[in-house]
Formats: sequence, structure tokens, C-alpha cells
Amino acid sequence: MSKPLAKLHGVSRVYQKGKERVEVLHDIDLEIPQGDFIAIMGPSGSGKTTLLNLLGGLDKPDAGQVIVGDAELSSMSNSQLSHWRATHVGFIFQFYNLLPVLTAQKNVELPLLLTRFSGKERAERAAIALDIVGLADRAKHFPRELSGGQEQRVAIARAIVSDPALLLCDEPTGDLDRETADEILKLLQILNQEHGKTIVMVTHDAQAADYANRTLLVDKGKLDFKAAA
Amino acid sequence: MKYFGLIWRNAWRKKIRTSLTILSVFVAFLLFALLSAVGYAFGAGANFANAERLIVINKITLINPLPIAYQNRIAATPGVRSVTHNTWFGGYYQDERNQFAQFPVEPEEYFSVYPELLLPDEQFEAWRKNRTGAIVGQALADQYGWEVGDRIPIQATIWTKADGGRTWEFDIEGIFTSETAAAGATAFMLFQYDYFDEARAFGKGTIGWYVLRVEPDADPVQIADAIDQQFANSASETKTSTEEAFAASFAKQYGDIGLIVRLILGAVFFTLLLVAGNTMSQSVRERISELAVLKTLGFTDLSVLLTVLAEAMLILAIGGILGLGLGWLAVEALNAQYGTQVPLYLTPMAFVTAFAIMVAAGILSGIMPALQAMRLTITDALARG
Repeated sequence: MSKPLAKLHGVSRVYQKGKERVEVLHDIDLEIPQGDFIAIMGPSGSGKTTLLNLLGGLDKPDAGQVIVGDAELSSMSNSQLSHWRATHVGFIFQFYNLLPVLTAQKNVELPLLLTRFSGKERAERAAIALDIVGLADRAKHFPRELSGGQEQRVAIARAIVSDPALLLCDEPTGDLDRETADEILKLLQILNQEHGKTIVMVTHDAQAADYANRTLLVDKGKLDFKAAA
Repeated sequence: MKYFGLIWRNAWRKKIRTSLTILSVFVAFLLFALLSAVGYAFGAGANFANAERLIVINKITLINPLPIAYQNRIAATPGVRSVTHNTWFGGYYQDERNQFAQFPVEPEEYFSVYPELLLPDEQFEAWRKNRTGAIVGQALADQYGWEVGDRIPIQATIWTKADGGRTWEFDIEGIFTSETAAAGATAFMLFQYDYFDEARAFGKGTIGWYVLRVEPDADPVQIADAIDQQFANSASETKTSTEEAFAASFAKQYGDIGLIVRLILGAVFFTLLLVAGNTMSQSVRERISELAVLKTLGFTDLSVLLTVLAEAMLILAIGGILGLGLGWLAVEALNAQYGTQVPLYLTPMAFVTAFAIMVAAGILSGIMPALQAMRLTITDALARG
């Protein structure tokens, strides 16, 4: 097993819903090795997205530590987390979340605005990312001119353009038909196997989970790896 | 600058809404330019006012004349450097629409009190020697195409001649300019008082008002008091004030134009704030999830705040610069046409004020939506989708 890219130690996360206190994650320990591809499954409200948000520095635990690479996310300020996210992690959402006013190329360039790259360098890197996801010929198209699968590919290009080690995917195929979903999952597999990206993917779809190396089950605030079939 | 593309695209996400907002900003700044120029025109006298000059008028009203005999007594007042007098002639050239200011004056005295006026020596001499001679400002010469040597008829509206005629003919002996660059500074005509006083049908031996220049180290308030004391309880009591105060009170005959202009502009810009603020609020509400995505990608709270603020300022800048630009062109065109009657001018201070208003209105209209964007919690905003 290679060295862990991400580690969670004794992590708990509690939400207050009105007067009710809901403990979504309870004393979680988890190690994600570099280069792994993990699917996270579980019933609605079980804490899958919360776990993803903690790994991506979008949320902070109420107890415990979240360490990704050399960064202890649980002790960083919001501003530090923003700077860290810009270069260390890529996000892929169920509904793509592209900016409708920007072309595919400009959407992919967005994370690079936070770097010191020149305009020319940003354009070159975005073109490479679009080429990797097979959409080099759609660079000038706006999201409304693309199919759902193409939009998700642009979102993947945006996630990888700053070359982060970790990709976090929240139901990346939840809005796609089977055939397109398989194309997206194969693309994620390529990014994992050929480009060395560590991928954590939340999904409800067992077929999607099959593309991962292993599946983590989340239920009632606890984690458990699914036994190999 | 690298964020400009993003800000520009976001500003135009709803083209009609943004266009209408820009149009409202455009109208507001067009009005600002035109009203500022009108405000300038009404305060034109004050714009050329000199702190070393005092004006002596009849205490009853400016329209009532003063005796020419006062001049020596005023000149003898300690602290007074030189004295001249002015009288409103109120004539027009060829057509009643061609109205401009004309004053019968004493040449030497006048130029000693108004040293900012520039006239070649030979032209001054020619004017001084010709009883029916006149000199005109460059602005008037440009407007009517007058040249030295021309003979021009001026129709009197007040001062009929002793022979009953209303046409006064003058020989243009010189064209003067002014060190004061402001519009209207040379939009008047001067001719000899001696000729005027002899030829007029009534009011002989009187003048309209005195203008005096005080010594540099003298106290103008003390001198003004001393002059008014001299003529207290006489048939023509005087009221002496600084040139600026005189010009301001003259302008206020029409009402407090400055206050009216400020009130109108205040109402316009208050409405503008509501319109632009509403546009920005709607725009931010519509893209909560997009702002959350930007934060997810690594944009800090501050950078999100600044991009929204910059968007508001961009809209204000586009409309503001277009409105101010067209307003400036309109003022220039109006000034070319009517500048000798009503000097319209957009001062550098008006431009500075306009740009300050653009920045302030941009910040005020954008700050609430920008703060809302800044305070977004990523997880909540993404969950709302």
C-alpha cells in the first residue's frame, strides 16, 4: 500500500437542525492511499457528502483531524483553505456547475485565475485539459451548447487543470444516462490509472462504484469498507 | 485585470436588465453634466471673482445708479489701489437674440482694476483715442466674426440717445483676451464712458457701480466699511462687498440655482442607487450556486466580494462615462452657440465630482450584494443549488 494522501482521525461532524442535534459522522478514522479510487455509498443523509466536504476543506469537523498531503485542514482558516483548494483538490459536481456566461475554455481556465500563470499559459493549460477529456473541439462553446455528458467533461477538465493530486466527485453521473455515465466513469478511471489522480467519488449507483478500486459504506455516522465480491 | 473577463461576462448575463440600468446611469450623468454647466452659468461672475476687488453698489438696489462724483472719494479711501466704474448697457447686435454684456468704462482705470485682461498696446491706444471706439472679447469676435476696423451697430434697450435714436455705432479698435481660461471670461464689450455719458438721453453723471482694487496687504472688510460710512445718510447710500459675494448675490436674483441643481441631482442619484442596487441584488441572488462554485475552486471571500463590487462599478462606469461624455459634448456645442449670452462650461472640478460619484455610487449599489456573496457558506449554497 502506498503512503496515505488523506487521513481522518476521530472525526465527528454534528449539524443542528432546529432544536435537533444530528451527528452525521461519529469518531471516524480513515486513510486514503495516494492513487486510490474510492467510491462512497450509503443511504441519503448518511454523511457521504459531508465526508467529501471535509476532505475538500469545504467544511470543518467538530472534533478530530483531517489531513490531506501535508496540510491539516481542520486547523486552517477559511482564507488558507481557499488557497489550498485552488491547487490541491479538484471538484466535480452532479449538476456540473459550470458558469453559463463563460465558454468551455474560460470555465476550465477559472481555477488558473488564482495562479500566477499568464493569459497565454492559462489558455494553453486549459486546452490541454480539454484535450484530455476529449473536448478540444468544443472549447469555444458555451455550456448551453453542450450535452450533459460534454458539460461534465468540461467540469472534469476544470477539476484537473491545476493538476491537483485529489479529485472529489459528488454523484458525477447522477444526472446522466447509462451510456454517458459509463463514458464519464471510464474517463475518471483513466485519470486515476494513467494520470495518478486519487479519486473519492460519492455515488448511489452500484455500477458506478464498480469502476472504483474499493467501496466505502457510510451509514449512521460510521464507515465500513465493502467486502470484495 | 485577469478577472476582467469574468466580471464583464457576469455584468452582461441579463443583457436587457444591464442595458436598462446603464441607460439610467447614462441619463443621470448626462443630467449631471448639463445641470453642472447651468450652475456654472449662473455663478459665472463668481468664477472670475478676484479677492482683491470690491464692488460698490447703491444700497437700495443694483439698478439704482450712483453719482460719478463718488469716484474720487472712494479712490481717496486708505487701502484703495485703483477704482473704476461700470454701467450695464443692455444692448444687442442686429437681432434681439444676439444679447451679450456691454459696459461703458474709463479705459485706463478699467485695465488697472482688471489686469487679467490682455490687449495689445497699440490697440489700447487706438481705442483710447477714438471716442466711438470699442474693444470686444475674443469670444465675441469669434462668434460674430468681428475684426479690428469693423463698425458695428448696437441696439440699446435702456439707453436711448439724446437725439431719440436707439442705435449706437462703435468702431472695433481691439480684441482682448483674458488670463482666466473660464468660459465667458471674454464674452463682453467695452466702450468709452465719456461718449456714452454725453450721448445718452438721461442719467448723465451717474454710473451703475464702482469696482475697486485694494492694496495687497489691506483688509477688504475694513475698506468696505469705510466706504459705506462715507456715504451714510447721503442721497445715494452705498453697499460694498467682495466681488465674489456680489456675483453670488447677483446670481441669486434668479433663485438659489446651486441649491436647486443640487436637489435635483440628489434625487436623480438616489433613484440611481435604488436602480443599480436592485440590479446587483437580483444578479447575485440568481447565481448563488455559481458564487459557491467560485469559492469551491479557491476564490477567497474577499475576492468574491471584490468581483461583485467591481461588477457594480463597471456598470456605473460605462453609463457614467457615456453620460458625462455626451453631456460634455452637448455643453461644448451649446457653448459654441450661446456661450456669449450664457457661458456654459464643465469645470475640471465637475469632472472630478462626477468620477467621485461614479465610484461612490458603484460602491454603495454593490456593497450589500457583495457582502451577501462574501458571506455565502459553500456547503449551504451548493445544497440550495
